[in-house]
Order: sequence, then C-alpha cells, then structure tokens
Amino acid sequence: MNIDLTSTTTRRIQEALTQARHQMGGPTIGMVLTLVIVTDESAQYDSLRAANEAAREHPCRILTVISRDPRGSSSRLDAEIRIGETGPGETVLLRMYGPLAQHADSVVVPLLVPDAPVVVWWPGQPPEDPAEDPLGALGQRRVTDCYAAQDRMETLCRLSRAYAPGDTDFAWTRLTPWRTLLAASLDQPTPSLRSAEVLGEADSPSAELLAAWLEVRLGIPAHRRVSEGPGITAVVLHSDGGELTITRPDGRVATLGRPGQPDRYVSLLRRPIAELLAEELRRLDPDEVYHEAVTRFEKEQSRRSALQAVPAETPLPAVPAAPSEEGAAAEQEQAAEPAPETRSSAPGKGRQHNRKKAGS
Amino acid sequence: MPSPAELIGIDGNPLRDPRDKRLPRVAGPSVLVLFGVTGDLSRKKLLPAIYDLANRGLLPPGFSLVGFARRDWENQDFRQLAYEAVKQNARTPFREEVWNHLSEGMHFVPGEFSDPGAFDALAMAVKELDETRGTGGNYAFYLSIPPKFFDVVVEQLQRSGLAERSESSWRRVVIEKPFGHDLASAQELNNIVHRVFPEESIFRIDHYLGKETVQNILALRFANTMFEPVWNRSHIDHVQITMAEDIGIGGRAGYYDGIGAARDVIQNHLLQLLALAAMEEPTSFSAEAVRAEKAKVLSSVRLPDDLSLTTARGQYAAGWQGGVKVRGYLEEEGIPEASTTETYAAVKLEIASRRWAGVPWYLRTGKRLSRRTTEVAMIFQRAPHLPFSQTETEELGQNALVFRVQPDEGITVRFGSKVPGTSMEVRDVNMDFAYGESFTESSPEAYERLILDVLIGDPPLFPRQEEVELSWQILDPIEEFWAGRGRPEQYKSGGYGPKSADLMMKRDGRAWRRI
Repeated sequence: MNIDLTSTTTRRIQEALTQARHQMGGPTIGMVLTLVIVTDESAQYDSLRAANEAAREHPCRILTVISRDPRGSSSRLDAEIRIGETGPGETVLLRMYGPLAQHADSVVVPLLVPDAPVVVWWPGQPPEDPAEDPLGALGQRRVTDCYAAQDRMETLCRLSRAYAPGDTDFAWTRLTPWRTLLAASLDQPTPSLRSAEVLGEADSPSAELLAAWLEVRLGIPAHRRVSEGPGITAVVLHSDGGELTITRPDGRVATLGRPGQPDRYVSLLRRPIAELLAEELRRLDPDEVYHEAVTRFEKEQSRRSALQAVPAETPLPAVPAAPSEEGAAAEQEQAAEPAPETRSSAPGKGRQHNRKKAGS
Repeated sequence: MPSPAELIGIDGNPLRDPRDKRLPRVAGPSVLVLFGVTGDLSRKKLLPAIYDLANRGLLPPGFSLVGFARRDWENQDFRQLAYEAVKQNARTPFREEVWNHLSEGMHFVPGEFSDPGAFDALAMAVKELDETRGTGGNYAFYLSIPPKFFDVVVEQLQRSGLAERSESSWRRVVIEKPFGHDLASAQELNNIVHRVFPEESIFRIDHYLGKETVQNILALRFANTMFEPVWNRSHIDHVQITMAEDIGIGGRAGYYDGIGAARDVIQNHLLQLLALAAMEEPTSFSAEAVRAEKAKVLSSVRLPDDLSLTTARGQYAAGWQGGVKVRGYLEEEGIPEASTTETYAAVKLEIASRRWAGVPWYLRTGKRLSRRTTEVAMIFQRAPHLPFSQTETEELGQNALVFRVQPDEGITVRFGSKVPGTSMEVRDVNMDFAYGESFTESSPEAYERLILDVLIGDPPLFPRQEEVELSWQILDPIEEFWAGRGRPEQYKSGGYGPKSADLMMKRDGRAWRRI
C-alpha cells in the first residue's frame, strides 16, 4: 500500500499509518525498533533498499528524512507511506521544505515507535557531531559512514573527537570479517607477536582502524602500508616463529598463511550496505571496542599531521612499495624495539619511531 | 585503554574481547568425515548447511569434507552430488569462489562399512588432508547412517587408528536419532559408541534444538519477569505439545515400520520441548547446567495409571490431503498389511514437582494431518470469576501462550478482547510475534548451527545420554502397553487425527488446539 500526503502534518501521517495497518488486517509482525535515515533525494533510493533488506532481519519502522530546498522561505512537509510492499514493517518518506528542514526532529519524534530503540543512520556526509545533532540525539545508536565524506580520514578523526556511546561507523563494520578471521587465526597456538602490517588502499579509514585495533589489542606496533586495493588487501603478523599472513588481493577470497603449514583459503567478501546495516541493528549497546580503536586512530592521525607541519620529516602516508621489502625492513627494525609490554603502557611511543622509518 | 585482564581476551586470545560482540565464533581447523553422503539428510540438509557456513565465513580456512559411501565414485562424482545439493537446497546465494574453495577440500572414499581396506584408505585420506590443507589432525565423524551400522563403523574407526586423539587434536562423533528403539537398545548403542569415544566427544543431533524458537523458549522464560510468575500450576491449566506433519512416510518404509510415531518423534523432539518448557532455571547457560535441569525434569515425568484412557494412537487411512488423493499407511509400498505401527500418537504425562503437580502435559504427533506445524502451547486456567454474563463470554476460551517452532517460527499470545460494538461481548484474539524472517542470511538453519557447534565443540544444544535414557524410560511402558492392544485406529488422511485422541482430551474436559 502506498499513501501520498502533501503539505501534511505528523498527526495526519500517524492517522494514515494506523488506518493503513487496519486495512492490511493488523500488524503481523512486532516492530523492534525505529530506523531514521537522514539522506538526500539522490541517495534515498539505495539507502532505503538497503534498509528494507536489513528490516527482514529486524522488522522496524523506517523514517527517511529528506531535506529539500532548505533555503526556501516556506515550510512544507510531504509524506509518502509504504506498507507491505518491500518487506515487513513500515516505511515513511518525509520530505521537508524550507525552514522546517532545520527542525526535522519535531517531525520525527511523534512518529517514533513508542518505547522501542531508535537508530539514526546517515548514509551520506556524516554530521559534525552525531550525538549533538537534533536527529542524532533521538537515537541510542548513531551510524555514520565516513566513506561518503569528501575527506574520509579527517571525517573519521572528527567523529572520534565527538564520540559518544552509541556512535559507530561503517568503516568499522566493514572490518568485522577481517577481525573475525584474525581472531580465529589467533585461536590457534601462535608464537609471541612482534609487529603487524596492514596493507590496503591509500584513503582507507577501515585499514587505519584495523591497524589501530591490532595495536590496542595486541600491544604491538601495527604499520600501515599502501596497496592498490580493493579495500584491505593483506594483514601480516610478524612473530618469533615467522609470518602469519592473510592476503586478499581480489576482494573475495583470502589466503591464510602460517609458518610450516599449507596455505588455506577462506571466503572474505566485501559486504553490501544492507549487510553492514543489519549488523549494526543487531547490537544496540555502545561498542567500546570501536571507541578504543577509533581513539587510537585519531591520536595517530593528529601526530601525523603534526609531523607534516615540520618540513624536515617525511610526510605520510607511505608511497606504494613492494610489501616484501617493507616487511623485511620492518622486521629488522624489530630488534631495536622495546618489548611489547612496555609499549602497551606507553601507547604510541614505540610507534612514532616506526612510522618515521616506514615513511622514509 | 582496556584493563590488563581485558587485554588477555578470551581463552588467551587477545583479539577476543568479551565486549566485542560483533565477532562470531569460528571453528578451528578440522575435517568432517561424512558417512552416508548419498542419503536424503545429507543432500537436503547437511551439504547445503556446510556450504552456507562456508559462505558466511564461519568454517575454518582449509576446512575439508570427506565423503564415505558404498559407491564406486571419484572425488569428482562426490563434488557433483554436493554441487547439486547446494544449488538446490542452500539458503544463501551461490558464490562461485566460495564453492570452488570448498569443493577443493571435498574428497571421497569408496567402500563397504565392513571393509578394513576402505577405512585404511580413509585414514590415509584424512592424514593427507592434514598435510595439504592444514586441518590439524582434528576430525569429526558424522554418522548419517542407520544405527545398525554404528557397531561396525565405530569399530573400524578404532582399528584404523582414526579414533585416536592426541594432546593437541580432537575427535568427535555425531549421531542422529533414533538413539535406539527402547531403553535397552539405547544403552547398547551407547556402549558401542562409548567403547571408542568418551561421552564429551559424542554429539547427538536433535535438530529441533538448533532452532531459534526453541532456544528462544529459554530466553523468553528466563530473561523476562512477566512469564515466570505464572509459569506454574497456579496459573497453567495444561500444556499441549504438537508436531503435526502433512506428509506420509514417503520412501522411509524400511525405517519407519516397527518404529512408529512415538519413537520417531515423542521420544526425542517432544520430550526435549517438554523439558525446556518445564525445567527450572539453570544456574548458568553452560552445557552442564542446562542438561542437569533437563535431566531433572525428565526424571520427574510420571505416566498416568490407566494408559488405555490417557494414550491414543492411529494409522492414516486413504483419503484426500490438501487436494491430493493419498494412500493409507497399510497400502504404502513396503508396509506389511498387518502392520501395527502407529503413525499418530498422543500421550498424557504428568510432572511430579511442586511447580507442575496436577498439570497435564499432552503430547501428540502424527503424519498426514491437515497441516504441518510444531508448537508448544501453554494453556492458562479460566478466570475463577468473570464479572460478565454467560452470554457475554460465550466465545471466550482459555488464554494461551504458544511457541511456534515450525513453520513460521514465532510466538502467539491468545487472549480475550471486547468485540467492537455497543454490547459487551468478549472473544478470543491472537497476537503474533515473529522476530525477523528465516530467509535472511544471518538467521541460521538448525543444521548450520549444530554443525558449527560440533566443530567448535560447544555441547549445550545436544542431548546427553542420560536424557536419552530418561526419555526411553518414559516411553517404554507406553510402547509395551500398545504392543498388547492390536491394531491402531484408522484415521482419515488430511484431518486432525484419530477419534480416540479427541476422546482422550474430552474425558479431561479439554480439547486439542486445532492444528
């Protein structure tokens, strides 16, 4: 069922929703949350498609907030209600014109499913401060995607500085298969690790987050190296007993290498947006592990920009280079490195030393 | 910064953080040896489930699957069979690259179960996989074969050295129901497997326990506060546990005749559902704690004194089911004309505990009924007093909370509501809840969950020998009673079962929920 309401009010939208539900023969599925999508006209179709797919796993009311002509002088609210067409739950597209766009929360609040969690998702440019954003403040989970921003790295840094419990970014969600595979490989007995390398595209916040996570969790330096992509192409863990490698040159299948063992293959697909969103909707509590990783990333990034300000230092990121050479060089450096325990108590210190060498 | 304790992570793995709920459990390097690969279960459930696990990235890198069967096959033929099974029955989309890597790890060893040479070849094959695919010497043996072969297969596994574990590697054996056909045979079967494998390495699959809704019974009962206070004899009038099938026995005549509905379904699925719905709160959700509570409740199950009044059985007769003309049980191919095997069974049980004393638990299962459904229905007592007149509440039944196990997994609450209008008239209404839909990639099929649990070595969802034996202790007297009572009553295909089952409820002043 599709209902169009022009120049409308939230009251009328609510009535239309109730009426539609009655005409459909009552709701057959309990809605577990409200998903607010903040987007623009050009991106709404794809976002909504992804949300509808995710809603199969998490039946929800989807409120899509589209700001139109925000500089116009007169306010107007148009609504489009879709029920029973694309999946379980209900979808409402809210188009806001003029000054009303600045007060979108006043439209969204009456339409939230009562007493159910609210998730706010910005598929496009993330807001300055998600938790302080009027719509973001409504949600207990705020999902951004720094890949949609002009300057991805700077955006993720900004999001990190503004972090509030409940914030999360798709740059982190994209990593789950990688992190799963890494955690699974360390389920096996492994000699003590010395350092790590993450290879991936130059402008990849995910690769940076993965390196930061490895540093935080393993207490060893994790070097970032640039490859052609797609996405992250390899992670190498240097240990006393040799190298543990996961390579994924094609964005589909990963090869797992361990010293003294045959290569093993495992599916490691880059994931569509719907899957990322479904994962976010699965856990609604704050993600502390993300917070730790993104904080580490942000520290490293500001240190890097500080370095760039000093002309004597070579700027980062590193130029693309043959990973094998780099790896060997990094291994040689290890002798001069302090023990991992010392490093974890003084985060960043050992890494600074490494970063400079990696870039040079 | 995480505290030092958090840095150590789970099981000494620093990358596993208890707060990190995104990371799923992944099985370690291993080989799954599948006996009976050409069977129905293997093609319809096991092979597709293995592919789905691979597709979701939950199988270990290098995971290998070895098929063993009495066919003169090469690896290629096995891969072809698996390919077709996956194409037809897998839940997740087919991805060429996932399939390629999975099928590279598929091997086939032909042979008879009694042929020592074939098992030596099998031992060679898995050792080779350890070398070439790094499977670490960890083997799980899935016996998807009739129990009469367990003896010889288990013995061969021991003789060929396949069952020998070392410090650093594990061996697990997976067996499917039926776990015997009575207490004595269950114990015998158990002894056979125990001769070679210790109890903690035996995984008995009851695929019902892998279902989301079944696990949800525990979540609903023990995570909420609104159900527990009424979960007892003060509020529950009786409980109905139903598993109805719309199909007949199909091609399973050889297995089914002589076994019957009660042994096939009540002994395992329905008594497990009873245990989960009736048990006390476990001290934790560890395998041991949950199994201990289930065993407690199963050992307090009592049979009524007069089984002639509290049990019912039937055989489906010819008729029309869902618009198709179907044969009766006795006319099915391979069934003797004088067969007394029941295709419908209903029993009334009681639980001797403070919580449940006096609350009857009605269990029923049948083939060729009107519809396929499995549910646990907690039926509440009627209100002791109604401030309405008799006519106003004529259509008000008993409140009910129903766990729908399959199909259409979810929960239904049934209660009275005023019919809109000027007169006060109260009538029953249903309220449904279904969390998500089963076709999303992340909601696993029962076999996926169970195979993964076997490879990880996580046993909470697998019944232990004690539960199997307790269940047979409940069922054996009923089977004995039926054995002396001649032929079961015929019931019409496509209906609700035999009249004697309805009478059995009527005697107690109750009625079955309509299937």
